[in-house]
Amino acid sequence: MRWAVVVFPGSNCDRDAEQAIRLVTGDPVDLVWHDADDLSGYDAIVLPGGFSYGDYLRAGAIARFSPVVRAVAREAERGKPVIGICNGFQILTESGLLPGALLPNRHLQFRCEMTELRVETNDSPFTRLYTPGEVIRIPIAHGEGRYHAEPEVLEELRRERRVAFRYVENPNGSVDDIAGILNPKRNVLGLMPHPERAVIDWMGSEDGIRIFQSIHAHVEEGLSHA
Amino acid sequence: MKQFDVEVKVWLKPSVFDPQGHAVHGALVSLGFQGAGEVRIGKFIQMTLAAEDRQAAERQVEDMCQKVLANPVMETYAFEIRERGQ
Repeated sequence: MRWAVVVFPGSNCDRDAEQAIRLVTGDPVDLVWHDADDLSGYDAIVLPGGFSYGDYLRAGAIARFSPVVRAVAREAERGKPVIGICNGFQILTESGLLPGALLPNRHLQFRCEMTELRVETNDSPFTRLYTPGEVIRIPIAHGEGRYHAEPEVLEELRRERRVAFRYVENPNGSVDDIAGILNPKRNVLGLMPHPERAVIDWMGSEDGIRIFQSIHAHVEEGLSHA
Repeated sequence: MKQFDVEVKVWLKPSVFDPQGHAVHGALVSLGFQGAGEVRIGKFIQMTLAAEDRQAAERQVEDMCQKVLANPVMETYAFEIRERGQ
């Protein structure tokens, strides 16, 4: 399988994601510039963290109009796994691929620290190698990570078990302690924590590895059945 | 084509907590402005716009707000349009 890591002007976790994925899956990874309008050659797509377009107007608000985001939407529609990390999550909500929005943290501080997350479901291409209820350690680094959605959206997320990760201790004021959510087809994941920063012992945690290995296992299974 | 001056205000919906407004409210009260009530902080956007007439200009600005200038999931907006030279 082949991965695309999308690079926007202002992305800054693109190389981290690229290296982490290579390290833990052994798969080829391409960095794809935001003006690409075709991602059909890729099996999985990563929208990395950073400050695309300087977070002008709102985080993710301008990036959403990049040609590559239309291509991401097309591949997501085809069922390919798409993971948005941090700024990537913000772009996914701004573009409507995921519901809700991410607001400035409740305490207005930029938080860069290790967090504990509870894996809420393993019924997704991103979490199949985890055990539901398992607590994992993945760092966050954001100023605008307060997840917000209207009550009816939250109810739908709960009912359809589309909250993938919850914070054990809420670091930003996110509603319902939400750290990451899935789309209705469960092939698009957005999360504020950075799994690519938790893949080697010296990083303080290796708990992010299984996200990328889950995606790998999911895609390879599909390819072997094709 | 007519020229219009457009002013757009964007702020968080009443149902969304505004931590900046909350902090500024605290500062105002501690400065002695005891009467200061809830504070909401938003954005102010100024632009010029060329359009056929006022109605077309309003339609376009409404569309801009819905698509880009505001995120209706968390924000609300209002705008004023003035024709140049009027």
